[in-house]
Amino acid sequence: MEHRFYISPRTSVVSDVAVGRPPAQEPLVKMEGITKRFPGVVANDNVDFELLPGEVHALLGENGAGKTTLMNILYGLYRPDEGRILLRGREVRIRSPRDAIKLGIGMVHQHFRLVPTLTVAENIALALEEAGFLFPARKVEARIAEVAEQYGLKVDPGARVWQLSAGEKQRVEILKLLVRDARVLILDEPTAVLTPRERDDLFKTLRKFAYEGRGIIFITHKLDEVFKVADRVTVLRKGRVVASGLPVEAVSPAELARLMVGRELKPRAEKRFGAPGGVVLEVRGLCALSDRGMMAVKDVSFEVREGEIFGIAGVAGNGQRELVEAIVGLRKPVKGRVLIGGRDVTGKPPAELAKLGVAYIPEDRARYGVVPDLSVAENLILKVYRRPPFKRGPFLNTQFIKEWSEKLVAEYGITTPGVDAPAGSLSGGNVQRLVLARELSMRPKLVVASHPTHGLDVAATEYIRFLLLEQREKGMGILLVSEDLDEILELSDRIAVMHEGRLVSVLDAAEADAGELGLMMSRGAA
Amino acid sequence: MRWRPLGFPIALRLERRLEEEGWLKAAVPLGSLALALVLASLIFAAQGLNPLAVYGITFSRIFGTSTGLAFLLLKAIPLLLCAVGLALAFRAQVWNIGAEGQLLLGSVAAAGLALFVMPNAPPYVIIPAMFVAGFLAGAGWALLPAVLKAKLNVNEVITTLMMNYIAYKLVEYLIYGPWRGKATWGFPFTDLIPESAVLPVIPGTDVHYPTLILALASAVAMFVLMEKTGLGYEVKVYGGNPDLARAAGIRPGKLIIICMLLSGGLAGLAGVGELAGVHKRLKYPWAISAGYGFTAIIVAWLARLNPITNVLTALFMGALLAAGSMMRASFNIPYASVNIFNGLILTCLVAGEVLLRYRIRLVAAGAGAEQGGGSA
Amino acid sequence: MSLDVVGHILHMAVRGGTPLLLGAVGEIYAERSGVMNLGLEGIMLVGAITGFAVALATKQPWLGLLAACLAGLALSLIHAFTTVSLYANQVVSGLALAMLGLGLSSLMGRSYVGQPLPYRLLPQAIPGLADLPVIGPALFYQDPVVYLALGLAVASWFVLYRTRWGIMVRAVGDDPAAADAMGVNVYAVRYACVAFGGAMSGLAGAYLSVVYTPAWFEGMTAGRGWIALALVIVAFWDPLKAILGAYLFGATEALQYALQTSLGIAAPLLGMIPYAATILAMLVAMSEALRKRIGAPAALGKPYIREERVL
Repeated sequence: MEHRFYISPRTSVVSDVAVGRPPAQEPLVKMEGITKRFPGVVANDNVDFELLPGEVHALLGENGAGKTTLMNILYGLYRPDEGRILLRGREVRIRSPRDAIKLGIGMVHQHFRLVPTLTVAENIALALEEAGFLFPARKVEARIAEVAEQYGLKVDPGARVWQLSAGEKQRVEILKLLVRDARVLILDEPTAVLTPRERDDLFKTLRKFAYEGRGIIFITHKLDEVFKVADRVTVLRKGRVVASGLPVEAVSPAELARLMVGRELKPRAEKRFGAPGGVVLEVRGLCALSDRGMMAVKDVSFEVREGEIFGIAGVAGNGQRELVEAIVGLRKPVKGRVLIGGRDVTGKPPAELAKLGVAYIPEDRARYGVVPDLSVAENLILKVYRRPPFKRGPFLNTQFIKEWSEKLVAEYGITTPGVDAPAGSLSGGNVQRLVLARELSMRPKLVVASHPTHGLDVAATEYIRFLLLEQREKGMGILLVSEDLDEILELSDRIAVMHEGRLVSVLDAAEADAGELGLMMSRGAA
Repeated sequence: MRWRPLGFPIALRLERRLEEEGWLKAAVPLGSLALALVLASLIFAAQGLNPLAVYGITFSRIFGTSTGLAFLLLKAIPLLLCAVGLALAFRAQVWNIGAEGQLLLGSVAAAGLALFVMPNAPPYVIIPAMFVAGFLAGAGWALLPAVLKAKLNVNEVITTLMMNYIAYKLVEYLIYGPWRGKATWGFPFTDLIPESAVLPVIPGTDVHYPTLILALASAVAMFVLMEKTGLGYEVKVYGGNPDLARAAGIRPGKLIIICMLLSGGLAGLAGVGELAGVHKRLKYPWAISAGYGFTAIIVAWLARLNPITNVLTALFMGALLAAGSMMRASFNIPYASVNIFNGLILTCLVAGEVLLRYRIRLVAAGAGAEQGGGSA
Repeated sequence: MSLDVVGHILHMAVRGGTPLLLGAVGEIYAERSGVMNLGLEGIMLVGAITGFAVALATKQPWLGLLAACLAGLALSLIHAFTTVSLYANQVVSGLALAMLGLGLSSLMGRSYVGQPLPYRLLPQAIPGLADLPVIGPALFYQDPVVYLALGLAVASWFVLYRTRWGIMVRAVGDDPAAADAMGVNVYAVRYACVAFGGAMSGLAGAYLSVVYTPAWFEGMTAGRGWIALALVIVAFWDPLKAILGAYLFGATEALQYALQTSLGIAAPLLGMIPYAATILAMLVAMSEALRKRIGAPAALGKPYIREERVL
C-alpha cells in the first residue's frame, strides 16, 4: 500500500494514512450475543460487535450505555452471562486479563491502571512476562526506549507513576500495550484527560497503529471524535446495539446523535442572567501541596458571589482537586487565604466550614458519598443533626428525623424502599441525589460541586444541573469544577480555566467560546 | 509465574446482595457458633478427649446446678462490662485490645484505695470510691494509646496490647514488692482488703450484685448513647466512613479519645468488681484478668456490637469460660484452651459475615465463561 | 560498662532479635501485598509447640523447625481464606487467629511443659570473623538460625525490589485493581504472601522453643508476635530496616538483664522495657511518616473485590 499524507475534509487533523483500505478480511474480533447482567440492570443485551484488522472502530454511546462493560468482557475483567467471543475466527475463552493479554488484546482504561508507587519500567515489566524473573525493570528499559522511539512516545522509565501528568500516564499505558505487541487495542474514553494538542497526537498514533494492521476499539461519548479518527462506528444505547459497524463516511453527526440518545437532544436549558449579590467565597493567593508534596495550587485568586455559578474548567490533574479540598477544609494550604462570607477560614477543619454554611459535593462519590451501613435517613441528617429540632440537648429526635427524611426523599426523587434502608444499596444516580439532598438541606451559602455529574446517566445528570441552577436562583453561590466543557458553558456565569495549578483568565460566560477555552486548557495562556 | 485455576467443572462466585435479609442477621451468628462448636469438638477428639463427654458434663454442671449458674454469672459480669465498652469502640473502628490491662488497673486502683488510702472508711464511702477510682484508672490506662492514635495514627491494636503487658508487669511488681502482704506466708499476694471494702453479694451465692447492676445499667446506657444521641451518631458515621465524617465536620480525634476512655473506664469497673467482689486481694495478674479482656471481644462481635444483645452473648461466653474452668478441673485441660473456642467462634463469625452482604452462586466454569450458570 | 558487657549485650540482642526478625520479614510480605495478619502471636505459639514436639520426637532440631514452618503456613491460610476470598474484616480475623493459636498451643502443649530438649543447635563460629573484638562473638558466633534469619531478610529484600515476584507483591499492595488489569492474580499473590508470613512466624516460634530457651511453656512468646507487627511499621515495610530494628528490640530485652544485675531494679519493672520501647518506637516512626509523607501500602487492610457493582 502506498503511503502519503492525507488531509480528511472532515477533520483538521493531518493524518498519515495509507491510501485505500485493505481488502475485506476476516474480522479480528467477533463478539456474538453478549449479555451481561448486574443486580438490577442489564448492562449488555444480546450485543454483537465486530472489529476488522487495520481499522479504528468507534464504540459510541452515552454514559451507562454499556460500552465499557462490553470491552471489560473482551478484556476478561467481567465474564458474560451469555454469548461468545471469536478471535480470528476461533472461539476463545477469556477468563481474566491474563488470557486477554496472551491473546494479544490490550486495554487502556478510562482511569489508568498503573501502580502509583512503582516506576514506569516496573509497571511495564509487570505486564511483560518475557522480562523474566531477575531484574525485570532493567531488561525492559531497552525495549521501552526502542518502542518509544518508533512511535514518538517519550517518557522517563525511571520516574514513579505518581509523578507523571495525565498525558504521560496515558503514554505509559499505550507503551504497555505496544511492548506486548497487542494486535487489538481498546481505549476507553482516552481523550478525557488530554489537552486538544495531546488528543491530536493520540489520533495520529492510532492511525499509525491501524496502518500496521492492528485493530483499535475507541470508546467515546463525543461525536466529533468519531469523525476525527474512526473508520466505522457502532452505537450502543441502554445496553443494546442500535447501529452496527457503520462506515463513518456514510452517516451524519445528527443521525449519530439521534441514535445515541433515542430522541432529539433537548435544547440547552434557558438560563436567566442573574444579578449576583455579595461575595460569598473569596480566595486570595492560595497555594497548596499535593499528596506527594509537590506544589499543586499556585497562587490562585478568585471570588464567587451570591446567586452566581463560577465554573472552573480544566483537564483533571491540574490542581482542581487540591484547590477544592483546600477550600472545604480537607487540605491545609501553605500560603494564601480563604474567606467565607468575609470570615477567614484558611486551614480550618471542615467542622468550622460546615457551621458557616458550606456544602460540598465531592468528586469521589465512592469514597466521600455515603456511609453505606447506615440508613438513608441517617445519611440525610449528616449536615443538620447538630441543630434543633433534630437534636434536643444530647439526644436525637428520631421521630422528627424520620418525617423530615421522608419529605426529602420525595422532594429529590430518591428511589429507595424506605428511609430506613441502608444507603449502600442505592444506585449511583440515587446516591448523588442523596448527597445533594443532604448538602442542600442545610441551606448553605456556598456550594462547592466537584464533577457532580461524572459517570451518571442522562436523567440524573439533567436533574442535578437543574438543581444547581435552581439553587443559583435562590441566591446561593456555587463553585463548579468540571472537566465537561459543555457543562461549564451551560451552567456558569463566569468561567476560569485551571492549568498546572494556576487560574488562567476569568471570563463572563457570554464571551466564552469553547475553542478558546480548549486552547487555554492546553496552553495555559490567556 | 503461572497460577492455574482449580479445574473443577463448577465454581462458586460471590454476588453482592441488593437488600438485607433480616433472618440472616440472626441465622449467621448462630450458624457460625454451631460450626465453631463442631470444629472445637474435632480438635478435642484429635487430642484424645471425648468431646461429648466434655461438653455434656461441663454444661450440665453449669446449667443444671445453682452454683453452676452463679459461677456463670460471675464470669458474665466482667465480660458484659468490658464488652459494652468495646462495642462502642469497635463501632468507631477503634480497636481497643487493651481491656485486660485496663481491667487490671481498675483492680489496682481499688486495691490501693482499700488497703492504703482509706482502709478504715465505711462501706458507703469506700465502695463508690473504688468504682470511681477504678473507672478513672482504666480510662487513664487507655489514654496514651488514644492520644497516639488521635494525633499520629499509631496502630492502637499494638499499643493497647503493649499496655496490657506493662499492666501485667506493674501488678507483678506490686505484689512482689511494695504491696506484698504481711500475712501471706510467702505467696506473692497483697493482704486481704478490709471487710468494709468487700462488695455485698446476693444471699446464698458469691455474686457481687453492685457490679452486676452496673453492668446491666451500662448496657442500657450504651444502647441509648449509640442509638439516641449525637455522640453515638457521630461514632457510627465515623466508623462507617471516616473520610466522609471528617468532611462533614466530625472531629475524629475527639471521638477516638472518648471511645477509648469510655471503654477503658468500663473495663476498669470490671476490675474493681473482680478485686472487691471475687478475689479480695491483688494476686497474679492473669488470675484476675483471666482473659476477660479478650473474651469480651467475642462477646461484642457475636452481639454485632449491639449493647443490649451483649447481655445475651455475655451470658453465653460466661458459660463457656465457666466450662473452661471446669474442664481444667475435671479433664486436666489447660484453662488457656478456652481460647480455642474464642478463636474458632470469632473466625467462623467473621467468615460467615460474607453471607450477609453476598450471595453464593454456582456457575458452570469449565464449560466456558460465556455460558451462564444457575444461581444458588 | 565494660566492653565485655557491651559485647555480651550485642550477642544477646542478635539472638533475641532473631525471632522478631523472622516474624517481621514474613509479615512485611503479607502487608506489602495488602493483608494485615494480626495473628502472629498465635502462629508463633503454635510454631513453638509444633517445633518442640517434633524435635523431641524425631531427635532432629531442624525437623522441628521445618514442621513449625508448615504449621504456621497452615494456620495462616485460614486467615488468608477469610480475608482474601471472603472479604472479612482483617483486624478481627487476625485477632481470632491469635486467640486460636493461643488456645491450640496450650492444649497441644500440656504434656510437654517442663520437658527438657536434649537435642540442641549449637552456635557456629565463622572462622576469623568471630575473633573480632566486641562484635565478633555478637555477629559471628551464633547458632545457624540466626544466620538463616539474616540471610532470609537480605534475600527477601532482594526479591522484593529486584525481581518480578517483588514487583507483583508491591503492585498488589499498592493498587490491586491495576495489578489485576495487568494480568496479575491478586488473590494468589496475597495467599502466597500470607502463607509465607505464617511460615516465618512459625519458624520464629520454633526458634524460641527449640534453640533459644529451649523449652515449652504456655504463652512463651510473651508478646513477641505483637512486637514483630510493630517492627514492620517501624521498619517502614523494608526488610533491611527490619534487621536493624529487630536487633534494637532484642537489645532492649538484653538490657533488662544487664540493668537488673548492675542497678538492682526490680525485675518486673525492667520487664516493662521491651513493651514500652515498642510504644516509643511506634511513636517515633509515625511522627517520621507524618513528616516525610510516607506510609503503609495503599491497599493495606482493604479486601480486593473485582466485580464491583458499577456506582
